[in-house]
Amino acid sequence: MFSKVYSAGLQGIDGYLVQVEADVGNGLPGFHMVGYLASEVREAEERVRTALKNSGFSIPPRKITVNLSPADIRKDGTAFDLPVAVAVLAAYGMDCSPVLKDSAFIGELGLDGQIKPIRGVLSLVSALKDKGWKRCFLPEANIAEGLAVGEIEIVGIRHLKEMIEILIHPEQVLVKALLEDFQTEEDNLDYSVDFSEMNGQRLVRRATEIAVAGRHNILYLGPPGSGKSMAAQRIPTIMPSLSREEQLELSKVYSVCGMLPPGRALLGKRPFRSPHHTISPQAMAGGGRNPKPGEISLASRGVLFLDEFPEFRREALEILRQPLEERRVTISRVNGSCTFPANVLLVAAMNPCPCGFYPDRSRCACNNEQVRRYLSRISRPLLERIDICVETSPVSYGDIRGKAKQNESSSIIRERVERAGEIQRKRFAGSSLFFNSEMGNRQVEQYCQLRDEEEKLLERAFEEKHLSARGYHKILKVARTIADLDGSEQINKIHLCEAISYRDLEEKYWGKGI
Amino acid sequence: MEKEYLYWLCCLPCLGSVSIRKLYEYFQSFEAIYNIEETELEKTGILRKVQRDALIKWRDKFLLCRREYQEIGKKGIRFITPLDTDYPRRLTEICDYPMGIFVKGRLPKEEIPAVAIVGARGCSAYGEQLAEEFSRALAAQQVQVISGLAIGIDGAAHRGAIQAEGATFGVLGCGVDICYPVSNYALYEKMGHTGGILSEYPIGSSPQSWHFPMRNRIISGLADAVLVVEARERSGSLITAELGLEQGKEIFAVPGRVTDHLSRGCNLLIQQGAHMAISPNDILEYLGVKYRKELILHEKNVNGLAKNEKMVYSCLDFKPKHLDDIMADCGLGIGECISILLELELNGYVFRSANHYYGKNCKL
Repeated sequence: MFSKVYSAGLQGIDGYLVQVEADVGNGLPGFHMVGYLASEVREAEERVRTALKNSGFSIPPRKITVNLSPADIRKDGTAFDLPVAVAVLAAYGMDCSPVLKDSAFIGELGLDGQIKPIRGVLSLVSALKDKGWKRCFLPEANIAEGLAVGEIEIVGIRHLKEMIEILIHPEQVLVKALLEDFQTEEDNLDYSVDFSEMNGQRLVRRATEIAVAGRHNILYLGPPGSGKSMAAQRIPTIMPSLSREEQLELSKVYSVCGMLPPGRALLGKRPFRSPHHTISPQAMAGGGRNPKPGEISLASRGVLFLDEFPEFRREALEILRQPLEERRVTISRVNGSCTFPANVLLVAAMNPCPCGFYPDRSRCACNNEQVRRYLSRISRPLLERIDICVETSPVSYGDIRGKAKQNESSSIIRERVERAGEIQRKRFAGSSLFFNSEMGNRQVEQYCQLRDEEEKLLERAFEEKHLSARGYHKILKVARTIADLDGSEQINKIHLCEAISYRDLEEKYWGKGI
Repeated sequence: MEKEYLYWLCCLPCLGSVSIRKLYEYFQSFEAIYNIEETELEKTGILRKVQRDALIKWRDKFLLCRREYQEIGKKGIRFITPLDTDYPRRLTEICDYPMGIFVKGRLPKEEIPAVAIVGARGCSAYGEQLAEEFSRALAAQQVQVISGLAIGIDGAAHRGAIQAEGATFGVLGCGVDICYPVSNYALYEKMGHTGGILSEYPIGSSPQSWHFPMRNRIISGLADAVLVVEARERSGSLITAELGLEQGKEIFAVPGRVTDHLSRGCNLLIQQGAHMAISPNDILEYLGVKYRKELILHEKNVNGLAKNEKMVYSCLDFKPKHLDDIMADCGLGIGECISILLELELNGYVFRSANHYYGKNCKL
């Protein structure tokens, strides 16, 4: 007898519908699974057979054929155990059509029949909802994630026996089904760090605020122990809180990687990822036979912090170039290509020379050549994608002890950032842009008009500092953000000067001519 | 013909200029050196066994050397020997003058004063700035600036002279067709046109560590005075100064703080009787060049600055200071402080040693 059950598979961070077909017929007894399966899917045979036996079913020896369609997409993961078990039962003649009609099944089986949690539930259930499915059976442990999708009934299952009970008595579904009783967890946005803990470094604080307000990528330069990492870690605390769509997009990535905190469905905090500098290009951008998201996607909507920037492998950095422009990353493999979100704020930190103390010559013994060689490990194209360069100042004793003056806390800075964000949202309403850093040349012309005085100043600076055309646009974009933070419609001289000073470090360090 | 034989001898790596001169004095002709029997060579006692063997073996290369000699002109390189009339007179005054020098560009002029500016490669921003400033001021008075085209002080000295459109000459520790270090390529190119690149090492020689102390004698030899800007206690710059002293040149040193390692060599020189160079005028005065007394620039111009600009300027030092500290000292906000500093920078009052480090520009 033939039966058909619906489930979903993962490709990248998106789910797709899978039909699990089973047939029991005459022939040499056996269990055959087809449909371009990875080995963990093929092994479902043993799990399903044993779990059914241990749940009190004996399977008469007949020829069982299971097909997972579409048969041309490679299927991996353990989510197909439960649908295969259900399909086999139905194929053996168990009458469960009322439940099967508009339900989908996802779950991994243990040998004792227990149903275990799986990865990527958020994406799978979203795909089922989008395809118009009414109900989804899930492992109990994944309920929260399933419910977060909304508009689809979720039934949590702990054991195969429970599943069979429901199949036989469909009316129980109504008792068990949950539909969005889920309230957005007003989760504690407690980041456990705060900008008020950071003493001194006024310039760094200011530059960080500008970077976050306009989503400008930022590079910190400075001696070891001067607070570069400290500032970077606190950046998520001054970013506006995540919207519902952003939460869903981000949580899908984490769900696929199996990195959601247990019992939680949506991430509330902005991510802060700080990969070690030995990271491979694949781990950075995403990869694998069936592509998995990399660090740049895990940091989406948050901060990707690259400490010891020049120590990273060149390929691992170069691979960031395109995702930083497009705000998403596409991984192509034989089995097809996947697109992951990569909407990060890139924060890099580095020492200015191998020993770290340049330009303080009383402590730095590196010669100019060593400094130059160290800096040249970072390629110009990547540097061009960083709008703000700022140097940390050496830390004084007063800074460590903390002065009597209270430092600004993250929440105060966040308010200013949100205000600037509001101005930008209004400016770009109706276009696909959100932040000043995303402006193209045409928008720069339109929104960053200068008056005569400022124009002249920029012209002089341009000539004296040998800026490039791209450098010119970056200055204007950053100046726009500074003016927004100031609440000023017009870019004034002080805004422009400040923007120039964040820019020409590049000329100082990377552009030494005659 | 004699020059071809001399060229051949100069290309032999293990033979120094003094040995060549002694051989010449003995045999009275370079051609005779080529034709000499080994036994006779041994009798002179000028060369060691290794050198003799190398010389005999080197005879096979003569035709090759001759062809090379005939072709260097195409590369814009000249081979100048004491046999030539344009061999620098200043060099003949030193005891181990090179028997042949390769020149790209031109030679320093005899009738115009020349100053060698030397110093540490790993110098401070302050030192680099000083070297540039001294060199610029000297070159503006037509003084020829001689240095070693190394990074640090040397490069800054050449740069300053080029900025003042003066003549500057670099003495290399490798062949003149090789730019070492490569980072000074822009300077190397420019000096080939406006000044000259000199070396006693044959075309294509790679820079060897023992070449550099040797070429220092040429640097000091070509100059009338030697200026040491920044030098550690044991350094090549002090070797140059010492060689200069032996050659009877006047030594100048820029004084520094007693605690600065980079000024220690200079201070020691002063202690031993070198002139203290506080401004380029000190050197010009020695050279007897007529010059117009330049006003101390920044003191005068500060009066033209606005009140806030003056205040920010007064918070600065010659040693670069981080913006955070400047803000703390002058009490202005970030935007205002930065815009004033940018204005000062564009007008030449202030320099930035790195992104957010500012220092006063020194005008001497």
